[in-house]
Amino acid sequence: MADVSNEEILKGLGEIVEEVAGVAADDVSLEKSFVDDLDIDSLSMVEIAVQAEDKFGVKIPDDELANLKTVNDAVEYVSKNG
Amino acid sequence: MTSTRPTLRLNPVVAATRILGVGSVRPERVVTNDELAQTMDTNDEWIRERVGIIERRFAGEDEKLVDMAVTAGSKALADSGLAPSDIDSVIVANCTMPSPIPNAAAQVADRIGIAASGAFDLNAACAGFCYALGVASDLIKAGSAGRTLVIGAEKLSDWLDKTDRSTAIIFADAAGAAVVGPAEQPEIGPVVWGSAGDLVDTIYMREHKYLYQEGQAVFRWATTQIAPIALRAIEAAGLQPADIDVLIPHQANLRIVEAIAKRLRASGGRADMVVADDIIYSGNTSSASIPMALDHMRAAGRVHRGDVALLVGFGAGLSYAGQVVILP
Ligand SMILES: CC(C)(COP(=O)(O)OP(=O)(O)OC[C@H]1O[C@@H](n2cnc3c(N)ncnc32)[C@H](O)[C@@H]1OP(=O)(O)O)[C@@H](O)C(=O)NCCC(=O)NCCS
Repeated sequence: MADVSNEEILKGLGEIVEEVAGVAADDVSLEKSFVDDLDIDSLSMVEIAVQAEDKFGVKIPDDELANLKTVNDAVEYVSKNG
Repeated sequence: MTSTRPTLRLNPVVAATRILGVGSVRPERVVTNDELAQTMDTNDEWIRERVGIIERRFAGEDEKLVDMAVTAGSKALADSGLAPSDIDSVIVANCTMPSPIPNAAAQVADRIGIAASGAFDLNAACAGFCYALGVASDLIKAGSAGRTLVIGAEKLSDWLDKTDRSTAIIFADAAGAAVVGPAEQPEIGPVVWGSAGDLVDTIYMREHKYLYQEGQAVFRWATTQIAPIALRAIEAAGLQPADIDVLIPHQANLRIVEAIAKRLRASGGRADMVVADDIIYSGNTSSASIPMALDHMRAAGRVHRGDVALLVGFGAGLSYAGQVVILP
């Protein structure tokens, strides 16, 4: 998204992750892996993707979602496709 | 030449309908997650966390879909206090008969002793019970049917590849039923239904043999598209989300059930709304899941006569349907 900085995307993503999976938003930092570090499973990832789509106006199909391993992957994806 | 066309007479209309009784049956044999883990790469913890199922039931070779439908239907009839001769129509929602002919409904009617009944099967997969309840209610209101036995019955275990861990851990066998009849006051609200045939490839029978599904696509659809249908059903009945005492979504996956409940609460649904979780000990039994959950919740004293319940079914097709009912 041209008009939204990566910091803002990260902050928004943190809020979504906290809401969906109960992980503190502050723990959602770029280097973290959703599954291994934040303990978020594949179905919670779908719920996070759905909310991210609403919040950032992006499309995150299931096959793209599978490639978003780290928080940084997600921020980059939103930044490029928003 | 002027012709005078005769005017056809119509049946007297009936103002309203209600549920008069419910019943259900599960096969005897309990199948635990540990048992499934012996034949496929899965485990108890994973199934509990992702799907919410602790155990399910599989029918034996000689326990057919029709047998379960007869048992559930007879129990619903007994619960209503009516005799077979008081019923004139039977609808069996199902999608797992062994072959397309014969249907289930005519045999079920005959075996319960409902003579010469109007009888047909209805296939809207896991949305089947809500579709059938809507159809029954409207047939009664139009005067086409009198008291009607509505059954959801499935033997999904016949259609599972027991090595496919995306289906074999979820689906199970059961039947649930309701007796529907005329009423003074409406106790069955308008059905809100629809379909999304563009997503047909996400759940279907592979090689006319095995149920196949794209789990994540179905999960995404169900967790986003079903709560809005539920809200439309509430609105169609002239109610508000806060009026709903009991939420009984199709028992597809406990995570989907919870997501629907969360969205309803975010739209004004009450925190103390009772939410069906029958999947835990029954698995996903497609068209049987909603009437069976209702029956179990009543037996457990979790819901009561007069409670306002929202039913919503969804599944292959993709198809969905929901309505508000007052519990018997
Ligand atoms: C079927 C369903 C449980 C699969 O869950 P999922 O998270 O989408 O499964 P995935 O295939 O993405 O796999 C996620 C991980 O769990 C593993 N896994 C998948 N199925 C598994 C199983 N039965 N047991 C153990 N592990 C399993 C996968 O190997 C994968 O692990 P990895 O990330 O380490 O490779 C889920 O998608 C679902 O319930 N969807 C809704 C379906 C539904 O309700 N249908 C009925 C409609 S009426």
